[in-house]
Amino acid sequence: MEKPNYQNYRIDAENICVDYNGKVALYDANLRLKPGQICGLVGMNGAGKTTFFNALTGFVNISKGKIRINGEPLRAAQKDQTIAYVPQSEGIDSQFPVNVWDVVMMGRYGSMNILRCPRESDVQAVKDAIRRVDLTDFLSTPIGNLSGGQRKRTFLARAIAQRASILLLDEPFTGVDIRTEKLISELFIQFKNEGKTILLSTHDMIHVREFCDLVLLINKTVVAYGETSEVFTPENITSTFGGISPDVLFGPES
Amino acid sequence: MEPFLLSSINTFVTEPLTHDFMRKALFMSSLVAAVCGLLSSYLTLKGWALMGDAVSHSVMPGVVVAYALGLPFSLGAFIFGVGSVALIGFVKQKSRVKEDTVIGLVFTGFFALGIVLVSKIKSNIDLHSILFGSPLGISLSDVKQTVLISLLVVVLLSVFRKDLMLYCFDPRHAKTVGINVLFLHYLLLTCLSLAAVVGLQTVGIILVVAMLITPGATAYLLTDQFDNMTMISVFSAIISSVIGIYCSFWFDLETGGSIVLAQTFIFLFAFLFAPRYGIFKFKKIFSNYK
Repeated sequence: MEKPNYQNYRIDAENICVDYNGKVALYDANLRLKPGQICGLVGMNGAGKTTFFNALTGFVNISKGKIRINGEPLRAAQKDQTIAYVPQSEGIDSQFPVNVWDVVMMGRYGSMNILRCPRESDVQAVKDAIRRVDLTDFLSTPIGNLSGGQRKRTFLARAIAQRASILLLDEPFTGVDIRTEKLISELFIQFKNEGKTILLSTHDMIHVREFCDLVLLINKTVVAYGETSEVFTPENITSTFGGISPDVLFGPES
Repeated sequence: MEPFLLSSINTFVTEPLTHDFMRKALFMSSLVAAVCGLLSSYLTLKGWALMGDAVSHSVMPGVVVAYALGLPFSLGAFIFGVGSVALIGFVKQKSRVKEDTVIGLVFTGFFALGIVLVSKIKSNIDLHSILFGSPLGISLSDVKQTVLISLLVVVLLSVFRKDLMLYCFDPRHAKTVGINVLFLHYLLLTCLSLAAVVGLQTVGIILVVAMLITPGATAYLLTDQFDNMTMISVFSAIISSVIGIYCSFWFDLETGGSIVLAQTFIFLFAFLFAPRYGIFKFKKIFSNYK
């Protein structure tokens, strides 16, 4: 499906800038990811991680630069259901009156007709996705009654049901239990083997070393980007966090 | 004793129905309540209660100008309703004043303009009926307008039911899968303005916001399913209208006030006794509750 001259890159963000009413949130950021790559997005709070995601999903407009998804403009990628976004826990209203099934079905909305009537294939996709995140026993549980980890898995299932080839995950490991953490890690390996491209933001340095091929350190702009082994050095991390050493930020265990 | 009780209940229910104006008032109020109740689910979930208040107050000058020019008052109300929202957005973006301040500022400004216009334009506008509603004195042309607008809002909300739900829940996901979020934003605003227009006839401008938020809030306490929430919301709104109109007939009370008070009592009931989210959690009493 991908155009030949761009087939190397699934995400190609070139010099993108985002500002909110004149306040610059992100400037001159570049990112190139290929199929099957997992990239960690690391930076302080307010460094522009969520803004970066917002730009890649099209939720905010970029004021400068260019985003190509599989060589196509963002709008085409949205129509093709190419990008899935898994919000951070605080980003959603957990008291909203919907259950697990409803949320996962939302992953299919983009490929349904205007009335969003589920077809047999949509139902099947939702069932499969829920099975993969191990929530089959919770189909009709309101999301407000789920644990943090179960809720995170619900939104992951929505991304799976969408059958997107790019997954953007905002803090996927924050506030989840050990079981969910293990399940998400396993899913990441499966996604990688399926050729999906993953961009995830995290505060946990161990996760970055564990399964990110690439790492993008940002502080309003890209501080460093490349192979995790080369880029994820104490010096780079320190400069990303404004001169504070990572030990102070994350405790000695990281 | 019993036959007497039965017959008095019978009289209580049927006697008002012998009057033409009462049948009309019951029909109109129930219709308006259904429309506002339907919209109310979205507004309470989206957190647009203050926006509902703003739009419903801002339609005032529109109603007055339309009356003065002999235009359908819904047209004037609609223009000012949508205009107020646009103005709120503009002032918010161009100044450092916080959003709730801007909302309060704009709608009171519009409302004051409306009151001044009423006093200036000498016509047969009944300020009281605009402010407090007059479901018992609705004219035939108003009935037609209200039915048309109500149908329009119900059709729009039904067709875009799931999209609007997603828009309220997770607009970012909606955007990511290629759904036009801006369109949904204005669709909800349009429906809000239209609902405010029909609502002001029964309960008046000041209380129409209650029609737009109370049924949704009541339903929110009673269910965890969106579809159930809209149904409970519509149902409680209609019941409130009927109770309000009957009480206003038998006890000679202000109709708009009675309707809203009935809604408030139903909310209070849910607040206290809702199985899961009420103050007294009667979860265990309902043994079939999952």
